[in-house]
Amino acid sequence: MTARVRTSPTGRPGRPRAANGATGGALDVDALLADRGVEIIVCCGSGGVGKTTTSAALALRAAEQGRRVCVLTIDPARRLAQSLGLTELDNVPRPVEGAGADGGSLDAMMLDMKRTFDEVVEAHASPEKAAQILSNPFYMALSSSFAGTQEYMAMEKLGQLHGQATSFIQDRAEDTSDPPWDLIVVDTPPSRSALDFLDAPERLSSLLDGRFVRVMLAPAKGPAKLFSAGLGLVTGALNKLLGAQVLTDVQTFVAAFDTLFGGFRQRAESTFALLQAPQTAFLVVAAPESVAMREAAYFVERLAGEGMPLAGLVVNRVHPGGAPGIGSVEAEAAAHKLANGDEAEQQVAELLTLHTERRRTAARETRVTKSFRAAHPSVPTMSVPALAGDVHDLESLRLIGALLAGEDEATS
Amino acid sequence: MCTEGRYAALVALSTQLHVVTGKGGTGKTTVAAALATALADAGQRVLLCEVEGRQGIAQLFDVPPLPYEERKVAAGLGGGEVFALAVDPEAALLEYLDMYYRLGRAGKALDRFGVIDFATTIAPGVRDVLLTGKVYEAARRRDGDQFAYDAVILDAPPTGRITRFLNVNAEVAGLAKVGPVRKQADSIMRMMHAPTTRVHVVTLLEEMPVQETLDGITGLRRTGLPVGNIIVNLVRTGALSPATQEAVGSGDLTTDAVAAVLRAVALDPDAAPALLDAGRASRERQLLQDRQSARLRATGVPVATLPLLRDGIDLGALYELARALRDEGVA
Repeated sequence: MTARVRTSPTGRPGRPRAANGATGGALDVDALLADRGVEIIVCCGSGGVGKTTTSAALALRAAEQGRRVCVLTIDPARRLAQSLGLTELDNVPRPVEGAGADGGSLDAMMLDMKRTFDEVVEAHASPEKAAQILSNPFYMALSSSFAGTQEYMAMEKLGQLHGQATSFIQDRAEDTSDPPWDLIVVDTPPSRSALDFLDAPERLSSLLDGRFVRVMLAPAKGPAKLFSAGLGLVTGALNKLLGAQVLTDVQTFVAAFDTLFGGFRQRAESTFALLQAPQTAFLVVAAPESVAMREAAYFVERLAGEGMPLAGLVVNRVHPGGAPGIGSVEAEAAAHKLANGDEAEQQVAELLTLHTERRRTAARETRVTKSFRAAHPSVPTMSVPALAGDVHDLESLRLIGALLAGEDEATS
Repeated sequence: MCTEGRYAALVALSTQLHVVTGKGGTGKTTVAAALATALADAGQRVLLCEVEGRQGIAQLFDVPPLPYEERKVAAGLGGGEVFALAVDPEAALLEYLDMYYRLGRAGKALDRFGVIDFATTIAPGVRDVLLTGKVYEAARRRDGDQFAYDAVILDAPPTGRITRFLNVNAEVAGLAKVGPVRKQADSIMRMMHAPTTRVHVVTLLEEMPVQETLDGITGLRRTGLPVGNIIVNLVRTGALSPATQEAVGSGDLTTDAVAAVLRAVALDPDAAPALLDAGRASRERQLLQDRQSARLRATGVPVATLPLLRDGIDLGALYELARALRDEGVA
């Protein structure tokens, strides 16, 4: 593997972020959103913890505090997508109506991984070569079902969007209009492991740069002596297994892709560098369960290891402890006593049983969160209470945004 | 069992195959393991296969990581046994090459050139043919005149990929029009569509997993794959009875009434509004779940439910879920 570029691709000097200091404590989401030096927020974490909703809520809140935001979602629930006005997958950011204040605006897009890949091919190969690649069965498999393509394409799209915003800033001398976005919020794919999207570019480029691929290329462009005895065995075996036409397909694919390899690798590296740059902030999202928190802990350590700027941890869907003043033991005892009473007493008994369950859940969640804090004292954290209903409109996204910023549910 | 088994083995193409799929995070590995345990409890000899290299089965049964080899991981209460196998595509390819082509040296050469890596990662469908191919081999394996296993359970890829995964030959057709890989794909397809196969979809009562389940079932039906059960996992048993939910929702149960009862049992009456709020939130969640449940039932596929076990999943919990699966008629 080649050395990774560790400087910011835009060449701006690094600047320590307030939230990235050595002291942990509470994560100040509003300060993060208000920091104009932050141009990218990446929400990551394991599947099913509410990353997409968190990304959308953060983006909306930033837009309503005057920032021009683009949110890149990966696989939103249908109703969440509808709430953002995303009715079709067209791979282009679309303005969200009714979002934004103080000059802020919100654009949203859903990633279409195959389309993104196709566009990369079309942008970097001649029309006839592009057509050849797009119709090749190996390319089709790579672009639609290779594990890691979605992660890779999410990063590719992020690079593109950021590039669009940045080139605008650089061209501003001649152009009086404003850049389309000053903040990009990106959701990460629902991977098996939260770490997949960091590894995907490397996996993909090592596959495309592998020995087999290079050997397959050799007959097409190199001297005949590269046909070693080993290769003869290989091609013989493949022909036997799959039929001769397959090898031709592989060769076509590899040869056509050859011109793109350099570009892929280079862009994977510059996206990686962008993620390490000081204008990027990572938010790790987790649910207050031991498996998700363990995953979050791995992630936090990995980000630190890769030199990626972590803004903090969002503990999502925390269940509030319920009514203060009644402990779970006394609630349970009273519920027992009331269970055989009149209608109202029976109903209160059920409410007290519910209360006991909530107290126990809350206690378990607090324990899990505390043990994370103890192991990672420098990571600022924020707990977001669980909502009873689904998120299906801008209003509920606003509410989540307020909760993320630590506003009380009652005051929002 | 014995004569019946012999008869089944004479007419069937393969032993009973249960394919367990579900959206990520719904607990399909746990359900697959519970199903294996349930069948073993009924005295069957069961093989549980995983194909995604996660070693989820080993974690559940609390055994060291599984090799590419069938290992006994648990005994059923009724004298049955659970064997487990982690199918690894690279090992499967080498085994396949060795078995059919005696490609000892060429096999190694393939590996050296990165062909194995290429074939098992981006060659369309080849990976899935190898993974399902191993399951196919185990499901057809005979021990005398009976099948070696009474049932094979496959902890399959997620719902979003399942139709493509099981319809391997369609994928391979784009690549290999002839040759043994194509032939193998065709036989696998026959097994997948046979009446001995059932595809179960695991879900939670939440919008996204339910939507994915509905889409998955549509895909399975369109391609003629036999759908077994929808298994709703992690169901919370609500603390509130329907009557109490109604009273809380309609406001018939007032704050004053709750406060009065609390006072009578010497609890803080000021807690009444918060208790009612919690009750209303619980009702709202219940209504959401009921809506999702109705969507699942509208498919006509039998729906089984498994409870949320609050203390997490260990071996004891697997037996508990296995019992629930039997009660629900899945096993």
